[in-house]
Amino acid sequence: MAEVKEYVVFKIAKEFYGIDIKYVENIEKPQLITRVPYAENYIKGVINLRGNVIPVVDVRKRFLLESKEITNDSRIIVISYEGDRIGLIVDSSSEVVQFESDVIEKAPKIGDSVKDDFVKEVGKEENRIVMLLDIKKILNINEQENA
Amino acid sequence: MDMNQYLEIFIDESKEHLQEMNQILLDLEKQPDNLELLDAIFRIAHTIKGMAGTMGYTRITNLTHKMESVMHEIRSGDVDVKEEIVDILFECFDALEEYVENLIMTGEEGTLDTDNLIKKLSLVLEGESVEEIEEEISDSKSAPSKEVVKSKHEFTIKMDDMLKSVVNKAMISDVNIFLIDVILDEKCMLKAARSFIVFNKLDDLGEIIASDPEAELIEDEKFDFNFQLLYFTKLDAKTLYNEIMNVSEINEVIIEAVEEKYNVESDEKVETIKSDDKSSEAIKTNKKALRKNQASKTVRVDIGRLDNLMNLVSELIIIKTRLEDEGFQKQKNSNEMHETIEYLERITTSLHDAVMKVRMVPVERTFNRFPRMVRDLSKELGKGINLIMSGEDTEVDRTVIDEIGDPLIHLIRNSLDHGIESIEDRIANGKPEEGTVNLRAYPDGNTVVIEVEDDGKGIDSERIKAKAISNGLLSREEAENLSKKEAINLLFGAGFSTVDVVTDLSGRGVGLDVVKSKIESLNGTVEVDSTIGEGSKFTIRLPLTLAIIQALMIELNKEKYAIPLNNIKEISTIESENISMIQDQEVVLYRKKTLPLIRLGHVLDVEDYEKKTGEMLVVIIKKGDQEAGVIVDKLVGQQEIVIKSLGKFLKGINVIAGATILGNGGVALIIDSNQLF
Repeated sequence: MAEVKEYVVFKIAKEFYGIDIKYVENIEKPQLITRVPYAENYIKGVINLRGNVIPVVDVRKRFLLESKEITNDSRIIVISYEGDRIGLIVDSSSEVVQFESDVIEKAPKIGDSVKDDFVKEVGKEENRIVMLLDIKKILNINEQENA
Repeated sequence: MDMNQYLEIFIDESKEHLQEMNQILLDLEKQPDNLELLDAIFRIAHTIKGMAGTMGYTRITNLTHKMESVMHEIRSGDVDVKEEIVDILFECFDALEEYVENLIMTGEEGTLDTDNLIKKLSLVLEGESVEEIEEEISDSKSAPSKEVVKSKHEFTIKMDDMLKSVVNKAMISDVNIFLIDVILDEKCMLKAARSFIVFNKLDDLGEIIASDPEAELIEDEKFDFNFQLLYFTKLDAKTLYNEIMNVSEINEVIIEAVEEKYNVESDEKVETIKSDDKSSEAIKTNKKALRKNQASKTVRVDIGRLDNLMNLVSELIIIKTRLEDEGFQKQKNSNEMHETIEYLERITTSLHDAVMKVRMVPVERTFNRFPRMVRDLSKELGKGINLIMSGEDTEVDRTVIDEIGDPLIHLIRNSLDHGIESIEDRIANGKPEEGTVNLRAYPDGNTVVIEVEDDGKGIDSERIKAKAISNGLLSREEAENLSKKEAINLLFGAGFSTVDVVTDLSGRGVGLDVVKSKIESLNGTVEVDSTIGEGSKFTIRLPLTLAIIQALMIELNKEKYAIPLNNIKEISTIESENISMIQDQEVVLYRKKTLPLIRLGHVLDVEDYEKKTGEMLVVIIKKGDQEAGVIVDKLVGQQEIVIKSLGKFLKGINVIAGATILGNGGVALIIDSNQLF
């Protein structure tokens, strides 16, 4: 039996990305974001998540894409990694998919430095490909700053 | 039996006892003839011995047992309190502290070897001087140690004053007093039942005065395989032994007669007889006992629970603020709503105060390790130094207490090492031989002030200026413009922590930047003032709490920010035409002083922020003696805010100290005004 993994799938521009569901705490509708001066440019700001202040990352900016107005479809995916919470702003997100380990493949090198960096694997479905994100790469903001 | 649940209690209590012992040893050094102090050490050693015995920490038990014996001898007048003895007692104290440290770290007492220490203690008992002792220890390692006190069986029954007096009275009458250790067979299934039989039997034959563990615990089977009794009977030891051994499943019974084992008792007995003319003293002891009872009316609470409670109160305050906003907007005319909200406000404020108080601890906790440190250091340095502490009962938030220790150690060491002169120099300068370091704490409004003041040689501001210039920290002109105080405060700059400054500037400044950053991370300030030849004074100012503060809410365009109120001196308006430029810095003459101006909107990079002209709102912030005017768009008002951290991902962002949640659910950032300078 192949091992089944679940991923929360979201959309940026026309592409689908997946995050291992074990990191996802919840998915929030867009809300008031407070800008934080001096923060990295891909940090959109901070939000109040039920009494806790958590930073939110503009995933478009993180992927070096143009930032986009927040719409009603936009979502903030709150992920929790080693006790710290962070929000990811995505264009839309509405589903959870299951991949058996045999449909997950190593991501081909496509020469796009950003995607090569963040996407380690891809999951294949009949008519689409979901790029599975390396959550550590997206979150290790501090390491990058220190380097 | 699982001891883990008792481990924490043991650690807490031993720490308390050791702290007390530390204090008493210091006092004893000053007044070696004070019998009360000896009694107190004896009592503490005994208590620790008892506790360690129950927990099965044999090393602690052995050491405290020996200490007890020495104290006993000293009290009976056979041995004089000499400096060496106090030193040895201090060594014992250190060893005990290390054992407890080990317990905290590993849950075991560790393997620190105190045989030498125990030997030293034994030799003290024989009245030998320390040199002889050292010799003997070094050349007779193999020789069997001279045991003065015969290794008696260890009894752990706590002999409190009550028990002692009971024993005393019994001694006069013709009953025998025994300490009995009953050891049950390890295969015994019903320990409680067996012990019940023993208790019953003994009750028939005499009177059980006390037991360890207590009778209830024995009934609940909360003991290992042995229990100890203090027992009065008319029977002799042998009959007693046979009687107890008759109960089945008893492995061994150890019986020891109490004859003169507690010399305290005889001393005290004398006192009680004489109490007619010494009645005042008796009352004093009574009062002491009373105070003790009161002190024990406390509950130990895990700090995590307090933090949780604090968080909940914080949430409540956020909701209250929100209610305030909404209530005022929507129900402007409703008096009832208004009153209700005001009432809620009063309650949350008192609740907040109450929770804060629970989290407060006296600075004593940090202070009481200093006398020992000063004692050791002054011996080491060969200086006579007197540490005077005051305001130890000043209370500070727990989070602050834990952090303040190291900076204070640093400052005190500095004062001893470099501030106070050598004895010869002091005499030459016509100062008292003994230097004085004052450590003071006192509350001042919403802050707590801690001062470290010495009467040493002071700090030479000119030499600091020279150093700053040669280090390239200042230009010559800048240096000339500095006031004396500003110059001295350069010591806190990072550039002054280099090694060559140590010799040059008599070491002042070593790591003072570390002290400063630590204090500032607690939202506090530190300053130094000094007069050459007369001494220096370091003043630390700390907020009472770190969790909830009063802040001024301001607006820049549409963005809201909070400025902590204790960093604000005043609020004013200025006209843009009065602004002049000095070295690319906008300043304005305000109250006959030049006030540098900060356009916060630009500093924080607010989108589409335009340079304002005309009349402008200025919030004047202060940092120590410095002041600066912060230009803002709009004042929203004063508000109680709950400080929330921005989390790991946004750590160390400039100028921002944290965030707070607004009434409308949004987030406002808190300005770290100290970083604006």
